[in-house]
Amino acid sequence: MAVIKLQRPKLGPGEQIYLTALVKGFLLTLTHAVKSLLGKSMGAKDLASSGLGVTMQYPEQKWDEHLPEYYRGVPALVTDEQGRERCVACQLCEFICPPKAIKIIPGEIPSVDPWAKVEKRPAAFDIDMIRCIYCGMCEEVCPEQAIFLRKEYVMLGLKREDMVNHKDRLYEIGGVRVGLVNKWNELK
Amino acid sequence: MFLLILLLKIVALTFCVVLPLVPVAVFFERRFCAVIQDRVGPNRVGIPLTLFGFKKDCGILGIGGLIQPIADGIKLFLKEDFTPKHVRKVFYWLAPALTVAPALITACVIPFGTSVTLWGHTEQLVIANIDIGPLFIFAIASLTVYGITLAGWASNSKFPFLGGIRSAAQMISYEIALGLSIIPVLLFFGDLNLSHIVQQQADHGWLLLPLWGHDATHTLTEKLLFWFPAAISFLIFTISIFAETNRMPFDLPECETELVGGYHTEYSSMKFAMFFMGEYAAMVVGSALIVTVFLGGWSLGFGADGWIAELSVGGFGFGGFIHLGIFVAKVVAFILFFILVRWTIPRFRYDQLMKLGWVIFFEAALVNVFLAALIVAAPHLHGAIIGIGAVVLVAVTVAIVWVARVSEEKPPILRA
Repeated sequence: MAVIKLQRPKLGPGEQIYLTALVKGFLLTLTHAVKSLLGKSMGAKDLASSGLGVTMQYPEQKWDEHLPEYYRGVPALVTDEQGRERCVACQLCEFICPPKAIKIIPGEIPSVDPWAKVEKRPAAFDIDMIRCIYCGMCEEVCPEQAIFLRKEYVMLGLKREDMVNHKDRLYEIGGVRVGLVNKWNELK
Repeated sequence: MFLLILLLKIVALTFCVVLPLVPVAVFFERRFCAVIQDRVGPNRVGIPLTLFGFKKDCGILGIGGLIQPIADGIKLFLKEDFTPKHVRKVFYWLAPALTVAPALITACVIPFGTSVTLWGHTEQLVIANIDIGPLFIFAIASLTVYGITLAGWASNSKFPFLGGIRSAAQMISYEIALGLSIIPVLLFFGDLNLSHIVQQQADHGWLLLPLWGHDATHTLTEKLLFWFPAAISFLIFTISIFAETNRMPFDLPECETELVGGYHTEYSSMKFAMFFMGEYAAMVVGSALIVTVFLGGWSLGFGADGWIAELSVGGFGFGGFIHLGIFVAKVVAFILFFILVRWTIPRFRYDQLMKLGWVIFFEAALVNVFLAALIVAAPHLHGAIIGIGAVVLVAVTVAIVWVARVSEEKPPILRA
C-alpha cells in the first residue's frame, strides 16, 4: 500500500489573525440567541417550548400529552372491563417490593357476591409513596395483571399520611384496564 | 459643604449606580447565557409579598427573576463561613476585600454624566474630577492582582496557588498591552482627564464614530485617519480588559477542569461572594472605561448632547441624569457583549495566552503608538519627514513581524 501524505491546509494571513472568524462566531451566537428569544430554536416545536428556547415551563405547561406509552409513574390498581377488581390479594407484590412500600390486608369475598369464585380481594391496599422507588417490580410480578405503573406523576402531600395511597385512591388512579389475559373474565 | 456633596456623590454614584450594576450584570449573565443555550434561565424569583399577607408575589416590571441576584446574595450570606485550618488567616481574610475594593475605587474617576443643577448649584456627575483619570484607574486596578494572588497563596493548597500564580502572570502580561494601547487615545485628545475626553467626544464625534462636529481644528480627514489606530487600540484594549477581568477566553485563574475552582477553591459564603462581586465589579468598571474612552461615554452623539445638557424644569437641570441613563445603557450593552464573547470563544491554552500577550499585543500596541503619533503630528510636519517616518514605521513593523515569525518554534514533522 502506498502511503498517501495529506497536506494540512495552510492558513492564509486573514485566517491567521482570525478576526473574521471571530466576527462570524459572534454573529452565529447572536443569531442563535435571537432565534431562541423568538422561540424558533431547533426542536422548539417538537418539545412544545414555552416560546423561550426549547424549555417547557412546568406548572403552566404540562407534558402529559408527550408522555411515552412506557412511562412509569405512580403504581396503581386496575379494574377490568366488568368492573371487577383484578387484585386477588396474593401479596406477591408486597413480598417482592424492594423498599417495602406496599402493605396489603387480604379479605374474603362473601359467597353472595357474583365474583365469589375468585375468593379473595384486598381489604386494604396501601402504597407508601415516600418509600416507593418506581421500580415496577410489583407490575412485573403480579400474576393477575392488577397493578400497573400509570402515567400519573404528581404526588403531593404536606404530611406523611398524605403520601400513602389507599385502596380507593389506587383504583381512582388506575382506572379500567381492558383486554389482556385473564382467567376470570366472563366475556372471554 | 464640599465634603457633604462629595459624600453624597460617592453614595449616589458608587452605591446607586455601580453596585446595582453588579447584580444587573449577574442577572444578564444568567438570562442571556440561558437564551444563548436555548434555555429560560431564572425567571421566577419575585418579591415574596405573600409572606407579608398580600395576595400575589410581585415581579418587578412584570419580569420575574430580576430579584434572583438578591436571592443569591441572601443565600451566600446565610451559608456557613468556613475557614480551613491550614490557611494563613490574615491574608486569607484580606484577599476578598482586596479584589472588591480596587474595582469600586476605580469607579470614582469615571464621568457618569454631565452636570446636574439644583437650587442654582451645579454639580458634575463624577466623584473625583482629577486630571490623571486613566493613570489612576490603571494604578488602582492593578492592585486587584494582589487580592487574587494572596487568595491563592494564603489558601495554602495546590490548586488555588496555581490559580493565583496564573492570575498574577496573566495580569502583568496584559497590563502592559493595556497601558500601551491607550496611549494613542491620550495623544489624540491631549488630555488625561476623562471628563474632558468625553466632552471632546460629545462635541467632535466619538473616537470610533467620528461623524459629527467637524471644524478647523477637528477636520473629518484627520479624524478618519485616526480611526485606524483608534480601532487597533480599541481591539487591544478590549481584549486586555477581558484578560484583566479574568473573563471567559482568558479565565485561566479559575478554569474548573484544571484547577478545581481556581484561587477561590478554599473560600465559602460571603468571602466567595466578595470574589464573585469583585469579578463582576471589575467587568462593570472595565466596560465603563471602554465606553468612556472609545464609545463616547455619556454622550448620545450626533450633536444632541448640548441640547440634552441644557434640559431643565424650574431651575432643576436634569440633563445630567439623562446622560447618566445613556451611559448606563451603553455599559449594559457592553456587558452583554462580554457575555456574548464568553459563549463564542473557547478558553485559550496557557502558552497561547502568554504568546498573545507578549508577542502580539505588546508589539502591536507599541507600533500603534508610533502610528498614532505620526498621524497626530502629520499636519504640523513637512511632507518628507512624514514619508521618512512612515517608511521607518513600516520597516520596524516588518522587522517585528519577521522576528515573531522566526522565534516561533516549528513543531517537528511527524513521519509515518
